[in-house]
Amino acid sequence: MLKLLQQSPLSARIGMGIVILNILVAGFAPLIAPYGETSVVGDVWESFSARFYFGTDHIGRDLFTRMVFGARNTIALAFITTILSFSFGSSLGFIAAVKGGWTDQALSRIIDIIMAFPTLIFALMILSVLGSSITTLIFTIAILDSTRVYRLSRAVAMDIEVMEFVEAARLRGEGLWWIIRQEILPNAMPPLIAEFGLRFCFVFLFIASLSFLGLGLQPPLSDWGGMVRENAGAITFGIYIPLIPAGAIAFLTVGVNLIVDWFLHLSSGLHE
Amino acid sequence: MNNVLLLILKRLGASLITIFVISVIIFIGVELLPGDVAETVLGQSATPETVAAFRKELKLDLPPHIRYGEWLKDFAHGDLGTSLANGRPVAELIGWRLSNTLFLALSTAMIAVPLAILLGMLAAFYRNTFFDKLISTTTLSFISFPEFFIAYILISLLSVKLNLFPSLSIIDKHMGFGSKIYAILLPSLTLTCVVTAHMMRQTRAAIINVLASAYIEMAQIKGIKRLRIIYHHAFPNSLSPVINVVAVNLAYLVVGVVIVEVVFVYPGLGQLLVDSVAKRDLPVVQASGLLFSIAYIFLNLAADILSMLSNPKLRQSKI
Repeated sequence: MLKLLQQSPLSARIGMGIVILNILVAGFAPLIAPYGETSVVGDVWESFSARFYFGTDHIGRDLFTRMVFGARNTIALAFITTILSFSFGSSLGFIAAVKGGWTDQALSRIIDIIMAFPTLIFALMILSVLGSSITTLIFTIAILDSTRVYRLSRAVAMDIEVMEFVEAARLRGEGLWWIIRQEILPNAMPPLIAEFGLRFCFVFLFIASLSFLGLGLQPPLSDWGGMVRENAGAITFGIYIPLIPAGAIAFLTVGVNLIVDWFLHLSSGLHE
Repeated sequence: MNNVLLLILKRLGASLITIFVISVIIFIGVELLPGDVAETVLGQSATPETVAAFRKELKLDLPPHIRYGEWLKDFAHGDLGTSLANGRPVAELIGWRLSNTLFLALSTAMIAVPLAILLGMLAAFYRNTFFDKLISTTTLSFISFPEFFIAYILISLLSVKLNLFPSLSIIDKHMGFGSKIYAILLPSLTLTCVVTAHMMRQTRAAIINVLASAYIEMAQIKGIKRLRIIYHHAFPNSLSPVINVVAVNLAYLVVGVVIVEVVFVYPGLGQLLVDSVAKRDLPVVQASGLLFSIAYIFLNLAADILSMLSNPKLRQSKI
């Protein structure tokens, strides 16, 4: 593992640096932030200074503080959603592959229909009916996103399912869960890990977009997409404050994408 | 030909079924809403008699499957119901905005499609050169950026710094074509960046896939001229995947307008949908959601059919 890290290309190292920086900031948010998450400490849209590293936002809260706490809220929310989406998607995908027959048919047709719907429109409609709470948000996005995970894990598991060791386990009389946990999952891990990075980027951008539309995390909680929305008016006065949270979103997704690229390259077996 | 026709009919049937199921889901979604629409609209002080009368007017007293039939029939006739927020017919609200959204999407497509195909082809032919790496890195970052980040960068550069374009795309019904184009330049440029990035990368991958196949290598070994290989062997075979890429990305474009419309306060269908979601104006959400889904499904259908028709392998099988 350590040797693999030493061989990693520069782009992947930059990516890892970005991700680690973000995780550290998110983890130690209360220690790093100079002010409280929701406390008003200055004037509206003050520019950069030693007191306010990134200036202040539309109601005079310290933007640096909001960014630091925003990292925590935004990343945690996206991470939890991705994990949920993976648990749903991969267990259903594995079940479809192992069981086959009408279980596979029924699941695949339902997933086809959900995937035929544009994701953003689907999410907007669900949120309009159920209202935008954190739980609804997490479950809506996780279910929509799990369709992509389902497709991949079903395809991967299909390849593993025809192997002799699965056949042997079947003949031994092992149950469905045992086969999935002991035989399918360990062999399906490498492609799923790369997919996890991609899905995280997608979920992260998706939540940011919903927050930007005012349907994600609700104020006064800080999250990056919502901060762009709140401060959007500043840009017409030549104040570049909305670019800071928007840039942070872009920065983290680029970082994760750089690592994913390296992973895909490794698992594709192409070595220049 | 029968073979292709059968495939197309199958695909068409599947799309129609999908649209039907989606319309049912949209309808049921609103049914599941906690509380009664009549009570919500009239408020808590309404007497039971007024609620009952209002329910009758909205046809809420009929069983769900009959109401679904009525709703679908009205929808097909262009009667999309009445907005809960301001009591105006939904069709009236949507009509103009739909044409605005299509205008924005269409003008973006006219820039993005040729640009993406050209860049994708160049990157594929000159792969692993500096040009290819530059283009690939740029598009990779555009894909990683949220749409609003690109939008605000363009606004701060072209609108605030250089003062070339307006930062808000306000258009009205009496504007001339030229000033309309001027107003939508920035949103259209933002969408072009995003769509071109996706489309170009997929075009490049599709063409490289074709160039790597055995018959191209064979043609090269036979000593056929490069231009002839491209025209006779590479082009017909990459047509199908490239058409598919274009259509799939146009489907993405139809939905991608939502965020850009909000950034530039452009009066399109996406903006209306987001506003109505916040206000929980369900008839408007239902109608615009269904319209977006239909557009999305039909563009995906077009992608499949066109790539079937342009696939030489499928055309061959008629003999």
